[in-house]
Amino acid sequence: MGEVELLSRLQFAITAAFHFIYPPMSIGLGIALIIMEGMYLKTKDKKWEDLTRFWVKIFGIIFAMGVASGIVMEFQFGTNWATYSRFVGDVFGSALAAEGIFAFFLESGFLAILLFGWNKVKPTTHFISTILVAFGAHLSAVWILVANSWQQTPAGHHIVTRQVGDTIVARAEIVDFWQVVFNPSTIDRLTHTIIGAWLTGAFLVLSISAYYILKNRHLEHSKSAIKIGLIIAVIASFLQLITGHSSAVGVSKNQPAKLAAAEGLFETQTNAPLHIFGWVDEKEQKVKYGIAIPGLLSWLVHFDASKPVTGLDKFAPEDRPPVNIVFQSFHIMIAIGMLFILMSIVGIILWATNKLWTARWFLWILVFSVLLPHIANQTGWITAEVGRQPWIVYGLLRTSDAISKTLTPGSVWFSLILFTLIYLLIFVLFLFLLDRKIKQGIVDHSTDGIYAKQKIVVEKN
Amino acid sequence: MDLNTIWFILIGVLFAGYAILDGFDLGVGMLHLLVKNDLHRRIFLNAIGPVWDGNEVWLITGGGALFAAFPEVYATVFSGFYIALFLLLVVLVFRAVAIEFRSKRESTRWRQNWDTAFSVASYLIAFLLGVAMGNIIVGVPLNKFHEFVGNFWTLISPYTVLTGITTVALFMMHGAIYLVLKTEGELQTIVKRWVNNTIIFFVICYVSTTMITLVYVPHMTQHFKDFPILFIVPLLNMLAIANIPREIYHQRYGWAFISSCASIAALLALFAIGIFPNLVPSNPNPEYSLTIYNAASSQKTLTIMLIIAIIGVPFVLAYTTAIYWTFRGKVKMEDLNY
Ligand code: HDD
Ligand code: HEM
Ligand code: HEM
Repeated sequence: MGEVELLSRLQFAITAAFHFIYPPMSIGLGIALIIMEGMYLKTKDKKWEDLTRFWVKIFGIIFAMGVASGIVMEFQFGTNWATYSRFVGDVFGSALAAEGIFAFFLESGFLAILLFGWNKVKPTTHFISTILVAFGAHLSAVWILVANSWQQTPAGHHIVTRQVGDTIVARAEIVDFWQVVFNPSTIDRLTHTIIGAWLTGAFLVLSISAYYILKNRHLEHSKSAIKIGLIIAVIASFLQLITGHSSAVGVSKNQPAKLAAAEGLFETQTNAPLHIFGWVDEKEQKVKYGIAIPGLLSWLVHFDASKPVTGLDKFAPEDRPPVNIVFQSFHIMIAIGMLFILMSIVGIILWATNKLWTARWFLWILVFSVLLPHIANQTGWITAEVGRQPWIVYGLLRTSDAISKTLTPGSVWFSLILFTLIYLLIFVLFLFLLDRKIKQGIVDHSTDGIYAKQKIVVEKN
Repeated sequence: MDLNTIWFILIGVLFAGYAILDGFDLGVGMLHLLVKNDLHRRIFLNAIGPVWDGNEVWLITGGGALFAAFPEVYATVFSGFYIALFLLLVVLVFRAVAIEFRSKRESTRWRQNWDTAFSVASYLIAFLLGVAMGNIIVGVPLNKFHEFVGNFWTLISPYTVLTGITTVALFMMHGAIYLVLKTEGELQTIVKRWVNNTIIFFVICYVSTTMITLVYVPHMTQHFKDFPILFIVPLLNMLAIANIPREIYHQRYGWAFISSCASIAALLALFAIGIFPNLVPSNPNPEYSLTIYNAASSQKTLTIMLIIAIIGVPFVLAYTTAIYWTFRGKVKMEDLNY
């Protein structure tokens, strides 16, 4: 692999992974905000208003980070993946443009009312804006995932060649727009990613609220928030198992090499086993030190243990993805998914038996569990994207052929180092501000507007 | 009119929308450090607070639309202008977080640092965009595969630096006028003084850029010679610019702002007419230029995109109007979120 290619892949992975810290929180919090503000409008209870306003402020910081990192994504296909962009622009560009027109304008516009409109519009108008922002966030996920899913399981296009200079160049062009939109993996991956985002939002709410209860602050507010978080978590964690399973079945049909890598299956076999965990030795081509349940993989894919599952032996070595990294990330994601189911059940039982507010051990678990959905999101993407290798557009274009031809290693080193440093810096500042907001706590809005309370620093000239 | 031309115009409209809307908030950013008092700075920030993110979406959507309609341009320009583009992205990132972070702590140093980042970023964004326009006007070296064969320094020439500075001046003027609309009392008096200075600065830059373009980049004027009716565009442009000081004098600030929007639109129209049907002219070797035909997506995609635009754009205009209407009027103390 050339230096430019390696660095560009690293850069894409770092910037995409960084970006994907924020959108799931925005999408998930959006749902929580709708519930909180809806409760406020229904009950007129001050408690809900305070809670909504508190979470809106957190939402604002997260959203800004999502925007800042998202802009970089929008242009990166052109900077480092120019050959890819020329190849897919006809298909892929439309989805990206649709995301801008349908989703980003909606989100960013109504965000203004969500953040700044408290004194400017009627409560119902504010509530509608909250719904529209959340809806917009979901829509942006739809379009970007349409684009990404097309690249995973291309459909609805044909390959057209034309003369550029003195060579023949091929590119993909749309034949059927709806087949592009509803390509074989769109629905599975969309539902799976969005429900993952709901879990991310729910656990953020659970974590901060549990922390307040442990610190004996804002008890009223936090109990209500925890109930909302738990309800979302229970529903979403079961749904996530279903959508994840459905994704896996889809992958076994459309990208069998990816599934084989995710399960470390080197030989095509009936009665294929499912590993709970393990370590793949890529040289010896087997999974070591693991626990496997015989037949379960065949059963999960076909509902029949005696049917075969395609292994990596059906693919030429140059067509195989890296195995261990896909295997590990896939298993980490699934383990976390299972843990979520367990945690939500425990939470509901504690709640039902009225022990939730005194079960300090469980509250502490909730405080730290905020990291889990992020780990699952990132490992999920690593499974999907690394598992797609060596293809950038599955079966059509190799990653090594997709790079910009004009790049020098020097310039990619420059951008890579620059962005890594900047992202580290703003990530630390983001955590710092989030921490301050949490320590400040939920403000009581009953006396006067919060804005009057904010101090103004007057500088000497 | 064929689909390629329609998309040339639509992308022009998206970038014009961007220049008009983000133009004023970049201008506010440039003027930000001129007031020293924290209250005044917060009024400035809150004047653009509810809208700057939405304004930037015009750029993002412009980028997406360019990718969809003219993928060759998207690929050539962004990979070719690699370092310049990453510098632009850095300042866009910094500007976004500076606005969000600066008022979150009550420390003077913290705020001063973010204010500086915000302001410097605003200058650089305008400058880099202007440099990019300048390069498109004079043309860039391309090979027969439509790949850029220069490097970062190829993009920097006296002419492109001048277009960069002109863009800075334009947005600064535009931002100052916007601030007059948004402020009152003592602060408004200060801002009004800036309007006059920025107009002078802009007119000087504008006249010099125009002269130099006429002399050194004659191909930009070819269409005007062929179709004299087009002279109406530069004429309107000059009228719009001349109208700004008049409206300010009569204290009709809303009209002054509209004139300034109109002059930005007219300037971009001049640019578009000048380069048409090229998107990225090649210099030397004009035969390698990227045009609206050899750089475009298939007719099918252009049609689909047109449908998407026809469905989406009315919504976009409706929300934009609704948001600007909600936040109309002067910035009030109780609105100070930042
Ligand atoms: C719209 C398309 C798209 C989307 C939504 C994502 N990616 Fe992706 N990803 C790509 C399109 C892509 C790509 C352009 O296709 C890359 C660049 C090089 C490559 O092979 O695929 C890629 C590579 C890539 C790699 C490196 C794979 C390798 O080189 O072995 C990682 C780890 C990720 N991505 C992770 C992510 C994460 C964490 C995402 C969450 C936002 C993400 N991707 C979203
Ligand atoms: C690699 C592909 C991606 C690109 C090019 C991209 C592009 C962008 C851009 C340009 C923005 C800023 C919009 C603004 O200014 O309002 C943004 C924000 C956002 N993106 Fe992405 N994005 C990508 C991946 C994703 C994925 C996979 C999701 C969701 C599943 C997603 C969901 C969002 C959301 C919800 C926002 C709004 C900001 C926020 O909520 O934090 N994006 N993205
Ligand atoms: C419960 C068991 C789970 C299973 C069986 C499962 C299965 C899968 C599979 C097969 C993929 C690859 C899809 C593809 O490449 O087309 C995937 C991707 C992904 N997973 Fe999971 N998953 C589970 C839990 C989770 C959880 C809990 C989260 C996050 C909270 C999550 C987030 C993701 C994300 C973000 C992706 C990448 C997007 C995509 O390709 O859909 N997963 N998952």
